[in-house]
Amino acid sequence: MLCCYSQLKESKRAVNSILVDEDEDEDDVERVSWSGEPVGSISWSVKETASSIRSGSEQSFPKIDTTPSLSKQGSGYSLSSLSIDFVSDLSPEETVRRMQKGRPFSLEKFRSLQDKLLLLDEAVAVYDGNVITAVLIFLKKSLSKEILFRELMARDVALRHYVHYLKEMGEQKLLLMHYKEHLNIKDEGRRRDFLKSCLSLPFSQDDATHVQDHYTLLERQIIIEADAEIFKKFPRKASILNMPIITTLYYSCFYHYGESEGTFSSPSNIRKTFRISEKQYILTALGARAKLKSWFDVDSLFNTKNWLGYTKKKSPIGFHRVVDILHKNSAPVQVLQEYVNLIDDPDLKLSGALKYKCHDVVINTYRDLKDRQQLIVYREKLERDSPEYRKIQELLNNVQIRWKN
Amino acid sequence: MAHTEWKDAPGLPDFSLLKRLARDQLIFLLEQLPGKKDLFIDADLMSPLDRIANVTILKQHEVDKLYKVELKPIFVLMFTDLVNADKVAGRFRRYKIIFTPQKFYACETVLEEQGVYGDVTTDEWNFYILPLDDDILSLELPEFFRDNFLEGDQRWVTTAGSALRLLQSVYGSFSKVYGIGRCAKMVYESWRELMEDGEQRTRQPEFAKVFLVDRDVDFVTPLCSQVVYEGLVDDLFRIKCGSVEFGPDVTSSDKSIKVMLNSQDKVFSEIRNEHFSNVFGFLSQKAKNLQTAYDKRRGMDIQQMKAFVADELKGLKQEHRLLSLHIGASESMMKKKTKQDFQELLKTEHSLLEGFEIRECITYIEEHINRQVSMIDSLRLLCLLSITENGLLSKDYRSLKAQYLQSYGIEHLLTFANLRQLGLLEEQQAGETLTVMESKVGKLVNDKTVGKLTDAFSSLAKKSNFRALSKRLALVPKSGEEYDLRVPRDMAYVFSGAYIPLSCKLIEQVLERDGWTGMEEVTRMLNGQEFAVTEARSKTDAQRIVLVMFLGGCTFSEISALRFLGKERGCRFIVVTTAITNSSRLLEALLDNSA
Repeated sequence: MLCCYSQLKESKRAVNSILVDEDEDEDDVERVSWSGEPVGSISWSVKETASSIRSGSEQSFPKIDTTPSLSKQGSGYSLSSLSIDFVSDLSPEETVRRMQKGRPFSLEKFRSLQDKLLLLDEAVAVYDGNVITAVLIFLKKSLSKEILFRELMARDVALRHYVHYLKEMGEQKLLLMHYKEHLNIKDEGRRRDFLKSCLSLPFSQDDATHVQDHYTLLERQIIIEADAEIFKKFPRKASILNMPIITTLYYSCFYHYGESEGTFSSPSNIRKTFRISEKQYILTALGARAKLKSWFDVDSLFNTKNWLGYTKKKSPIGFHRVVDILHKNSAPVQVLQEYVNLIDDPDLKLSGALKYKCHDVVINTYRDLKDRQQLIVYREKLERDSPEYRKIQELLNNVQIRWKN
Repeated sequence: MAHTEWKDAPGLPDFSLLKRLARDQLIFLLEQLPGKKDLFIDADLMSPLDRIANVTILKQHEVDKLYKVELKPIFVLMFTDLVNADKVAGRFRRYKIIFTPQKFYACETVLEEQGVYGDVTTDEWNFYILPLDDDILSLELPEFFRDNFLEGDQRWVTTAGSALRLLQSVYGSFSKVYGIGRCAKMVYESWRELMEDGEQRTRQPEFAKVFLVDRDVDFVTPLCSQVVYEGLVDDLFRIKCGSVEFGPDVTSSDKSIKVMLNSQDKVFSEIRNEHFSNVFGFLSQKAKNLQTAYDKRRGMDIQQMKAFVADELKGLKQEHRLLSLHIGASESMMKKKTKQDFQELLKTEHSLLEGFEIRECITYIEEHINRQVSMIDSLRLLCLLSITENGLLSKDYRSLKAQYLQSYGIEHLLTFANLRQLGLLEEQQAGETLTVMESKVGKLVNDKTVGKLTDAFSSLAKKSNFRALSKRLALVPKSGEEYDLRVPRDMAYVFSGAYIPLSCKLIEQVLERDGWTGMEEVTRMLNGQEFAVTEARSKTDAQRIVLVMFLGGCTFSEISALRFLGKERGCRFIVVTTAITNSSRLLEALLDNSA
């Protein structure tokens, strides 16, 4: 695809340079409004209506109340109805009594949310687990999962029975849907408490670990945010509440680098708590420190001592990747050059050096390859009097080198 | 080079009829409530409605103000709030809810429960099909995919069946129906039942053959990055209802512009099916031709000039405008793709399709996740890995899932459950012996070797349906042979010669064999549910037009591949889809990480 780029430029130039002598009338060009919508289209018309409303001329659009309000209307059954189907006209209390005694009953008539909840509360009130479970099964069938869970949250006993039922049915997905309810809780403190309550749910082993992590993460994030507020050390524009673990780690590497493992906000603490791999940790720390242009910190990331006690540079991610990240963070050539030099693979090393204009590395590579032609070609890309240019000159003039071409 | 125009191509049916039918029905419904009306429109209906009846027509039928409603699931609740608000304000109005394409019992139940059932009349607007282009018909039901395949909700089956019935009643009876997939079967049955109720028209059919295919028969194709022009535009700019919005970076001004992308755009229609690498050369040539055409004016006398202005100039200016637009779009796409290291991404995809160097692919995906590059793309790659490898190894699944959750948020737990349910991202049920051996060996060697050993063991133990299918149907051309993208030799060109879309290959084979004979092995690997029914005899010319219905969505790459196939076989395909889709839309429909 790269080779076609020049064609693209060419065609662009061609099109833009097409000379039009007279300025003919704008006859049939489709008229487009300021917002980009074709004039006369429905989307355009809606925008027009909306803007006229905003200018205060019409009554405002009614607000949507999304919470189902229980008090709104009556129940879907009638006590005084002279129905032949007597069983289905029973009140919640009477229905629950029948269920306890094993008599025939019908739950279909409990169609409104209010009635369903009355039924459930009644079942809970008589402490009959069997009845509670039966009602819950009915509710599960006739209520959306979201609404069911929302209501169960406020009813401990019912919830416990539901969990027990789920344990037996092994419905992992429903557990996750319950867990998902946390997204409906805006306040982070309450959300944290909700997540805590999820810890006792019978998730699969793996998922349980993730939910645990989620709770721990939010708990820590709240503390870190509170501390940042108190000490006003760091700009508040980036809140880490509800951010993923890696983003939190990045934030920590940015603002709390070097702090002791004892504090929740330190990178090393986060790394340990959430079992972050070395590779992931280095990637994130690299990104953060490079953004801050802390080249010294970047350097330390890769230092290891070998068995003789000498410091060596090692990386769990290829050094060509390191160079890429450094480049994206506008690292100066000297820094880039250092890491390009560390690339193992000779082809990657050379391509990296060429890409990032690390002249010394390029020159040394060609010198080692004894490739005279390439040196000559490369020299032409350099400035006449630069040290690199002169370096090539010296090499070319060196009679002791046995060039291969 | 351009595939769309070829001699002797059978003429396409006139689908503008469908638009007129829909419009007439809407007007009829509007006139049920005479007098000034305010119209509240579901946001998802805005674009389709615009194609059917613009503001002028609505105003002609006394529509006063238009409002857009964003929150679909609560559309009816909003309505009840409106009614109650009016009551409180002492305002008297009449209300009508028009459900489209059809009314569901659940909606009426809500009205009843909210106590407004008596205050409103309800109607159905059977707007089943929106023609997006000469050969593309859409049901505009993006929710079809999730509702049907994830939730197991079959509410849209009759909708699809009704769409087929509509087509048959307008364009004549189908003589042959082929299909594969559980939903395809249900839609066919539903359509048959609907036909039995109605009358049989005896007119000459415009298309004789119909092919129904479920999206989940081929998940691989929609997960691949698209490289034909129209597919790229969709992936990067999101084509909606046949139109797209290009921002300032494309228009080289500070304004955005919305344009229709269909065969009316003469420049677009010539490049839409082309592999991206051919597009520049084409646009470049066109620009040159345009300049030459403009230059003709020098040396023209007054008479010639007048003729030129009257006949040619408008067309040239139009072409100039379109050319600039598409060059701008191409440039923008190039920039974006280069930034994303598109080359390397494609290399990984091709390796996965081929089954080559899987460990390296996993490393790439892992880094993609670690660097938080893109939530949807990381997921897409994971799914592609899983489907092509028939599931991830347990340790890979757990490790990659953990890393994904760390990078993009633990709330994605439910997304993973959804993907698992659909078979898009799952764990291999490896044999006991295999895992035990792996862990024993793993203790003895370092990481790199374990990876290679794992690969070797895996290939012995697993039954890979995609790999087997791919081999059986020759979906992945042998590497080593040069594939000339300028003169494509088969449908694989839509993926740079690396892979022939499975769905299209199935269609090709079934049409060639006039059924499923000889494909028992293939259908077994696809979990059966294939069928082929002969309804009636038909005239020969109609044999050359084939209707393909995708249940759950269809990509532009598949459409381009079918256009190519059509040209090869001397027939034309009409694509009917529940919605246009791509990897982003497919995965977004399965995300469950927000309230």
